[in-house]
Amino acid sequence: MARAPANRAPTKAAPKSATPKASTPKAAAGKSAAGKSAVNGAVAAKGPDKAKLLDWYRNMLLIRRFEERAGQLYGMGLIGGFCHLYIGQEAIAVGMQAVKKPGDQVITGYRDHGHMLAAGMDPKEVMAELTGRAAGSAHGKGGSMHMFDVAAGFFGGHGIVGAQVPLGCGLAFANRYRDNGQVSFTYFGDGAANQGQVYEAFNMAELWKLPVVFVVENNQYAMGTSVERSSSETHLYKRGVSFNIPGEEVDGMDVQAVAEAGAKAAEYARTGKGPFILEMKTYRYRGHSMSDPAKYRTREEVDAVRKTRDPIDHLREKMEQLGYTDEEAMKRIDSDVKKIVADAAEFARTAPEPDPAELYTDIYAKA
Amino acid sequence: MTDVLMPALSPTMEEGTLSKWNVKEGDTVRAGDVIAEIETDKATMEVEAVDEGVIEQILVPAGTENVKVNAPIARLKGEGDSSSNGAAPPQSAAPTASPNTDEQKTVSPPPGTGGGGREADGGGQPAKPASEGAAPLAKASPLKDPELPAGVKMVRVSVRDALRDAIAEEMRRDGDVFLMGEEVAQYQGAYKVSRELLQEFGDRRVVDTPITEYGFAGLGVGAAFAGLKPIVEFMTFNFAMQAIDAIINGAAKQRYMSGGQVSVPIVFRGPNGAAARVAAQHSQDYSAWYGAVPGLKVIAPYDAADAKGLLKAAIRDPDPVVFLENEMLYGLEFDVPDDVDFVLPIGKARIRREGADVTITAHSRMVGLALQAAEQLAGEGIEAEVIDLRTLRPLDHETIVESVKKTNRIVTVEEGWGAFGVGAEVCQRVIENAFDWLDAPPTRVHGEDVPMPYAANLEALALPTVDKIVAAVKAVTYK
Repeated sequence: MARAPANRAPTKAAPKSATPKASTPKAAAGKSAAGKSAVNGAVAAKGPDKAKLLDWYRNMLLIRRFEERAGQLYGMGLIGGFCHLYIGQEAIAVGMQAVKKPGDQVITGYRDHGHMLAAGMDPKEVMAELTGRAAGSAHGKGGSMHMFDVAAGFFGGHGIVGAQVPLGCGLAFANRYRDNGQVSFTYFGDGAANQGQVYEAFNMAELWKLPVVFVVENNQYAMGTSVERSSSETHLYKRGVSFNIPGEEVDGMDVQAVAEAGAKAAEYARTGKGPFILEMKTYRYRGHSMSDPAKYRTREEVDAVRKTRDPIDHLREKMEQLGYTDEEAMKRIDSDVKKIVADAAEFARTAPEPDPAELYTDIYAKA
Repeated sequence: MTDVLMPALSPTMEEGTLSKWNVKEGDTVRAGDVIAEIETDKATMEVEAVDEGVIEQILVPAGTENVKVNAPIARLKGEGDSSSNGAAPPQSAAPTASPNTDEQKTVSPPPGTGGGGREADGGGQPAKPASEGAAPLAKASPLKDPELPAGVKMVRVSVRDALRDAIAEEMRRDGDVFLMGEEVAQYQGAYKVSRELLQEFGDRRVVDTPITEYGFAGLGVGAAFAGLKPIVEFMTFNFAMQAIDAIINGAAKQRYMSGGQVSVPIVFRGPNGAAARVAAQHSQDYSAWYGAVPGLKVIAPYDAADAKGLLKAAIRDPDPVVFLENEMLYGLEFDVPDDVDFVLPIGKARIRREGADVTITAHSRMVGLALQAAEQLAGEGIEAEVIDLRTLRPLDHETIVESVKKTNRIVTVEEGWGAFGVGAEVCQRVIENAFDWLDAPPTRVHGEDVPMPYAANLEALALPTVDKIVAAVKAVTYK
């Protein structure tokens, strides 16, 4: 699968020797910051690093703009079916990506575009899958909910709520079987947190000390049903208690907090202690899918989150305080991102549909 | 300059009401700002700006009804100058650019999709062009059982031990193969199929699971994503209903929906169908359920040699395989070639008895009944050809059709329910491919259309019997 290193930020090599400090627990990343993606690398401790923060900013902005454009293409009839946008939740995919080491796996549900972009997938390939074109990541056969980049460790978008959780444990099982030091990052939402199979998976994950980090993206609403209306225990990080799986609540709107908590959890899993649950408190600005008018919450509620907790604005303010933003650089990021997204949209709009013969390919392995 | 277009709220929306503008001409907007509200009979939604810029002109006033999707509703002037803005999306071209209109009409589906021989059922031919689907079938199937090496010994082995040997041999051969399931390790297998595997391979590769079918089936699928080759044992397939999402959505569809990126080399195996006196919830035959799913291969062997040769093939196969065993067969002994390289082709039926008067198809335990019926019929002057399907998907209909062209009659036998069943599928393929050769209506023998009763006499009535097969054959041979 082609990826687009060219579309990534100009990589200012991440610090090779990010020595953990006491402030961050047992830092994850210590050793190797090498990785093809600009967002890979050491996260821990050394205090905010300018290149890293700029990169996070850029990657979150890319997801935001990409999703806005996807929403627009949906409105134009170019994207069909279901389309679940990640707007508002960008800090999670980007912050956790920084924790990932080469070989680690990521698997998630159907709100997956942000994870694909964070994993380094080519925005053109992702957008072309959304429009159902041959150049899409799954040759137009998967769509919004089913995209993969196995080479990058991204094991998809899955459409059945909660079903990716046992799958993610299976990836972790393979890691343990091979004793390869890799971690499976298994994402699910507050809705999936009420699926029985999640707890079947929790049980086996702890029983066999599988190297898996469960990342709960708690965006407050399972389609139209709020966590309070659906969950007897609303603190989802406590859902591992009866399995002896530790959990932690994290501000999922703060990319730095995400990366720090992620580093700690990954270290825990990587060193054979078993699974860890991170509950990321976040918020989706858009409806559950494109056809959801989101009448179960008020515009004021959404606006308040946007104004006070927006992950991108939040990071930008932080960088301003640190003096990391100069007008020129920020403008460049803006226009780079805009161009990448516009190019992706144009590509996805004009690329050819799959050949009719593709109907019968990829059902079984080639003989 | 960028046109803002009337958006669709759903795949089916064609027009709507522009109920409100939240901005006026001259306002500056940022990406994400709500600029308008639109409304259909179903919902009201907000329109967000995708680009920043200044609203230069509102083309459709608030309150306008029946605004067509993709009609320009406002004009946005980009920062700087629109002409130099290479990033501006060519939205104004949108109404004619939709892929879902004219272009799609030229892509017609293959004629008669769904008929015999057209299913992409794993026959090893990628990209079967649509036109080929209608080609005549009656060629001999290219798959053949392997020639046994000269001097190979035949040994008497139970189906149970043949399965065990297949697993053990494949685990010795490939370190990525492992077995998981309830009671497979310390207990030595609920039906002793995994006897002594723990002792040989240890608990890393022979894994006792909690009673958690959905969970461990999904976990097995995930391990297969990562390149391991799990053998997932269900204590019986009745319990696999709890896991059917993992089997179908998790395993079967994965290669397709990933555009070929994800392989799921996994085997789901265990006893299927009725045992004895265990009543409705423990006695179902799932052959037809799994046989219906593209992306799966489905095997249901009868004797020990086929059980071994096909299980070895299933473990080596890069695609998910559902391997349906039968508890009542586990203890039966048959001749098995004493050869670790004995691997049978998936997708090839076996003619167990030749005959010129009628074709009987069966799989799993029903093969035994069909053979008994054939013996009885021979005594009455009717020679039946008995075809053991062995693999249900891909179904070797070439062998069946060839046989029917000789016998002109078919009786199908299966333990499961008849409705939407294996026999229905076999008969339909015969009708499609050998209609003119038929001298009698294709006929099915199958389990009665009831949940399995417990009482011994009722249970016997619910299942196919030799007598029922004999009676069906006599009906189609008009004897």
